[in-house]
Amino acid sequence: MSQATTTSTTGYDAAEEFLGRTSPTQRLQTVLHRYPWLSPLVVLLLAVIVFGAINSNFATPANLGTITQQTAVIGTLAIGQTLIILTAGIDLSCGAIMVFTSMVMAKTAFENGVPGLPALLLGIVVGGLAGLLNGLLITRIGLPPFIVTLGTFGIFTSLTLLYATGRTVRNRELVAELKWLGQPIDVGGFRLTTGVLVMLALYALFAYVLRYTAWGSHVYAVGDDRDAARLVGIRVNRVLLSVYVVAGVVYALAAWTLIGRVNAASPNSGIDANLDSITAVVIGGTSLFGGRGRVLGTLIGALIVSVVDSGLSIAGLDQAYKRLAIGVLVILAVTADQWIRRARA
Amino acid sequence: MSAPVSPDGDAQTAPPDGTHPATGTVVAPAAAGRNELTPVLEGRGLVKTYGRVVALDAADFALFPGEVLALIGDNGAGKSSLIKCLSGAEVPNAGEVLLDGAPVLFRRPIEAKAAGIETVYQTLAVAPALDIASNLYLGREERKAGVLGSVFRMLDGGGMRKRAKEQMTSLGIGTLQNMGQTVETLSGGQRQAVSVARAAAFASKVIILDEPTAALGVRETNQVLKLIESLRERGMPVILISHNMPNVFQVADRIHVQRLGRRAAVVSPSTINVTDAVAIMTGALQVPVEEQQLTSVRR
Repeated sequence: MSQATTTSTTGYDAAEEFLGRTSPTQRLQTVLHRYPWLSPLVVLLLAVIVFGAINSNFATPANLGTITQQTAVIGTLAIGQTLIILTAGIDLSCGAIMVFTSMVMAKTAFENGVPGLPALLLGIVVGGLAGLLNGLLITRIGLPPFIVTLGTFGIFTSLTLLYATGRTVRNRELVAELKWLGQPIDVGGFRLTTGVLVMLALYALFAYVLRYTAWGSHVYAVGDDRDAARLVGIRVNRVLLSVYVVAGVVYALAAWTLIGRVNAASPNSGIDANLDSITAVVIGGTSLFGGRGRVLGTLIGALIVSVVDSGLSIAGLDQAYKRLAIGVLVILAVTADQWIRRARA
Repeated sequence: MSAPVSPDGDAQTAPPDGTHPATGTVVAPAAAGRNELTPVLEGRGLVKTYGRVVALDAADFALFPGEVLALIGDNGAGKSSLIKCLSGAEVPNAGEVLLDGAPVLFRRPIEAKAAGIETVYQTLAVAPALDIASNLYLGREERKAGVLGSVFRMLDGGGMRKRAKEQMTSLGIGTLQNMGQTVETLSGGQRQAVSVARAAAFASKVIILDEPTAALGVRETNQVLKLIESLRERGMPVILISHNMPNVFQVADRIHVQRLGRRAAVVSPSTINVTDAVAIMTGALQVPVEEQQLTSVRR
């Protein structure tokens, strides 16, 4: 290399700094890139303010409490979905696994006389095994997550119907332990349920795990660049497998919340849960391409869906508009993600 | 163990008598001293086939302590396969790999890493969304001391950032100040620096650099070459795979030319010019064993 090419570093850095000067749009892009939950948070606050201005009954503690309660099931379910989407996967079977485990919990307690807590534990184990099945098909056979979970969605939906034989386990047939998460709790005027508290605790737990543990770093690394993760010595398949198992356990906890929320275990509940969980994750700013996003964003995303739902019905609009609004939000969120991902890339 | 004097397998080279492979026509150090030197990393008769494609055809390789050995060769000459066999990414079908003179078998990259061989891949193997410190420690994260680390599995983020910073400074990478910066915000040269710093932090025996300057501009290329020189100053042996002849001639102590799955020659950049090196790569020029630089030039 000739000497002429060795320019003085200081001179170049000054030039680079000059060239690196950014427009306000670029700065916004960089900030949103760094804090992916920021834009969903703004959307959530705007939605609350707008709906509150339209109807005075919206922003009351009672209604906000109800909205939060309505978020509990999808909000919990979407934690598992977030983990999977962070690894650049997707889970179309999460709702089916949730409903199946809720039936397992309720039926073993009601028909087989299994006590409440063991029935609950059994449901959690079944959830973990369902996740393990997804994970094994993905890592051992190497099938795409979309196809695997589309298949297991069918399998678990079918198993639920066969196992339940079309019968709902009703409120008075449920053991007390399974209804715990439906119990109302009053927090400063807000009427919440224990299920909401469990959901919030899970969010705190997973926010910590993803941010402060090696496993969390590995989840991001695997979703970010799988080959790079393998080359630095991360056991990619092991991480993926663990993510699907953990997600399955989270789905079972969502099933517990579901039983408490609807006060029954029905094979026909949670029909929209698969797509709703993906909606919450995407609106929450987590990238479908993996490696980017926060569980906190998913919580905000799930809340946005409930707020829009409640706001439109209080405003007296048809439920069809809710679908429209959420659909538009999803497209906007993914568009924003594409734009943000281009920041400095 | 004696110096590797086995013929490199090319048809044109007559087997030497086995005593003084380098006749020292240009390079001066005493032949006796060189013969006693054990290669840090050595490959003997490595064979690697992919189906009917023979990538390595009884290839030999030797890297000596403290040297920068460039590995050049045309596309398909077996450079990558050779490096993969030495770094555990592939297992050779035949032949053996020796580390400090002792035979080793690496079945996975992680086993070669454990033995002290770090590779900087052409793709850099970084996670763009994670910060510099996390990337440096990716797969080798350090936890906090006490209950926070053992029970709550909490990572020692502050400590890792601090040590990452020290590592960067000791390698003369002063432009990277904030270890909490995500890697995707860095330039190509800075990413390369992160990847090299990671290798330097954990390698105890050998660092392999696969085309480290291929994607870089002139200034960034010079930074990486300086990094290679600072690794050599630390006494760390480096294998540099490169297509860039000026780079190779600038930093290499010796040049291993790979051709048709074998070692065609090992030459010294001080005794050969770029044109001849390219001629060896293409097979237009053949170098007799006695004129090669099969042993270390560094003392």
